[in-house]
Amino acid sequence: MKLKLATMALGAVMAAAPAMADLVFPSLSYRTGPYAAGGIPFADGYADYFTLLNARDGGIGGVPTKLLECETGYNTEKGVECYESTKGEGALVYQPLSTGITYQLIPKVTADGIPLHTMGYGRTSAANGKVFSNVFNYPANYWNGASLIVNHLLEENGGDLKGKKIALLYHNSAYGKEPIRTLEELSKKHGYDLTLIPVDHPGQEQKSQWLQIRRERPDNVIMYGWGVMNQVAVQEAANIRFPMENFIGVWWSGSENDVLPAGDKANGYKAVTFHNVGSDFPVFDDIQKYVVDAGNAAGAGDQIGTALYNRGLYAAMLAAEAAANAQKIHGTADITPAMMRDGMEALEITEARMGELGMPNFGPSFKVSCENHGGPGTGAIAQWDASAKSWSLISDFSESDMSVIQPLIDADSAAYAAENKIAEGCK
Amino acid sequence: MPEQLIFAMEVFLNGLMAGVLYALVALGFVLIYKASGIFNYAQGVMALFAALTLVGIMEGQVPFSHLINAALGTDIHHFGWHVPGFVAILLTMGVMVILAWLVQKVVFRHLVGQEPIILFMATIGLAYFLEGFGDLMWGSEIKTMNVGLPQGMNLAIDEVTYGIFGYGFFIDNLDIVATVIAALLVVALVIFAQYTKQGRAMRAVADDHQAALSVGISLNFIWVMVWSVAGFVALVAGIMWGTKSGVQFSLSLIALKALPVLMLGGFTSIPGAIVGGLIIGVGEKLFEFAIGPMVGGATENWFAYVLALIFLVFRPQGLFGEKIIERV
Repeated sequence: MKLKLATMALGAVMAAAPAMADLVFPSLSYRTGPYAAGGIPFADGYADYFTLLNARDGGIGGVPTKLLECETGYNTEKGVECYESTKGEGALVYQPLSTGITYQLIPKVTADGIPLHTMGYGRTSAANGKVFSNVFNYPANYWNGASLIVNHLLEENGGDLKGKKIALLYHNSAYGKEPIRTLEELSKKHGYDLTLIPVDHPGQEQKSQWLQIRRERPDNVIMYGWGVMNQVAVQEAANIRFPMENFIGVWWSGSENDVLPAGDKANGYKAVTFHNVGSDFPVFDDIQKYVVDAGNAAGAGDQIGTALYNRGLYAAMLAAEAAANAQKIHGTADITPAMMRDGMEALEITEARMGELGMPNFGPSFKVSCENHGGPGTGAIAQWDASAKSWSLISDFSESDMSVIQPLIDADSAAYAAENKIAEGCK
Repeated sequence: MPEQLIFAMEVFLNGLMAGVLYALVALGFVLIYKASGIFNYAQGVMALFAALTLVGIMEGQVPFSHLINAALGTDIHHFGWHVPGFVAILLTMGVMVILAWLVQKVVFRHLVGQEPIILFMATIGLAYFLEGFGDLMWGSEIKTMNVGLPQGMNLAIDEVTYGIFGYGFFIDNLDIVATVIAALLVVALVIFAQYTKQGRAMRAVADDHQAALSVGISLNFIWVMVWSVAGFVALVAGIMWGTKSGVQFSLSLIALKALPVLMLGGFTSIPGAIVGGLIIGVGEKLFEFAIGPMVGGATENWFAYVLALIFLVFRPQGLFGEKIIERV
């Protein structure tokens, strides 16, 4: 009897003792399907950063990280399936890299208490943390992107866009339509004429759109595209001899994939970005040493420094910093998704910290708060050099026009709150 | 002449050119359907696979390099040579013939006499297999197709039309090349079908494969031959579309552009594919030009199907399809 009781007591103690599990970071990736060329480098960058942390630092706060990769094929249904099949494994934060999947996951993550990070995509008004408690879209969103592009055009035109013709060439989807409201508001403020030109999925045939652009001769074309739409648009712009320096894309239309097929004719094409470009950062030396040379790279190791690899790496870094912050706030290395959310909401990224991470000037310094899950909304303009086959920044990181964007965020999030009977407030 | 009419003429010409590109994809469907009654869902993926193979051979890429490197711990990606375009096209054609033989040997030989829906399902499986196989073999990054085809605005047409209308028409040089190649392809296919022994055998199989078998025609040979020719057509389509957008996995989606062409032109007619392509190309472009701005644009994808459906209502077999006769 005594032995039985002793065994039961030992069992109870073992069950109560904290088991130090891995920190689980799901990666809802797409390595197959029509958007694989964009999904692969992002997924590789995301995975390689966590591999680096494990190999170099023993994980985060001494706890190894574990990447759970699930293939979505950029398909919303599969993305939701991935979420459902991985959330029970202690998933700390989801980054689905798809606006469609994001919209489906917002109510689910809120109910499940798991944070969702949609960096540069997703539902823009999720920047209002008083309504979207579990959704974060720092450091920039679609509307910031539109405003940053307009700011760049203002700068190029001596601060005056009155009478200028600007065309928005956009993917005819929820994603592509995101900047319309912002650009319309900005057109009222700055006096330019806005023409909207949608392109249906997948965007392989754009003759009509570019004939329209050729006829109407806009001064600038802004692009919100993804996948093959980007490559075809750059090629068609070159075909009609549209000045490439007047053609500017959002960050999802600004990868090497988008310009390489057009060859030299893509020279001068621009894109706005919320992080730095290239591989001239100390962190990449560590990636090479601890990840690629060790044979543990997620891909072939040939994507390092490309726009989308850098974005994946940056997303992983922000997740890791938020996890470390959560550990600090809650005084435990073994954090839960709820603690991770707290870590994200109190995240502060400083340039000093970026330097320590081997990423000086890679991204903005910012502080997240309950009121602002969207970060600073800053960005810079990158330009493609076809001969060097590389992007380079042609502007400093600057702020977007929050006087126009914030009221839009407030209005949209208030409508969402009313629709879903959410009482605004901070946790 | 009113400005809008001049613009409409430019749109009309570009619609014709776009229609030729759609027809190039549709031709592959027609060939296989005509000879074997199979609606080949994998035709778009075949274009992708052919284009991937062509670029891979041209750039001296090691096939299955990721797999080899993962298994053997090596780091090889390229042979270090570049193959001229013409030679690479011939080698790719060889690969497509091998693929045709394998498809026949491994899949369709075992499905002879099955319901059309079973054969269709088999081609769906084939499409997904080929997509994954192409990815494994050549990688999924976007590749540049450069076989020396001209691209960009045709300056002569621009100048001539500017002289006449005071507005230079835009016609893409690549579209002009595609039109010439498509015309040659159709002529070659018609001559092949009408005047060669194999072509006549193909038509005999298409009419009644049991009767053809009874007079000594090898069904296996004919079907391998038809799949090979469809592979060649897929290669041509892959080159044209790949030059426009780079070779990438969304290339397989060009099949979506061929479906309304087939509905309109008929599944069994080679000229029907061309005429259907032209009607769809012109129809969708003119509709987008005239009506698009009133309804928010992006009408082309759905309008092509509406146009095809309208034709279907009046001619279910398509414009040039074989007339459906039901005897009681």
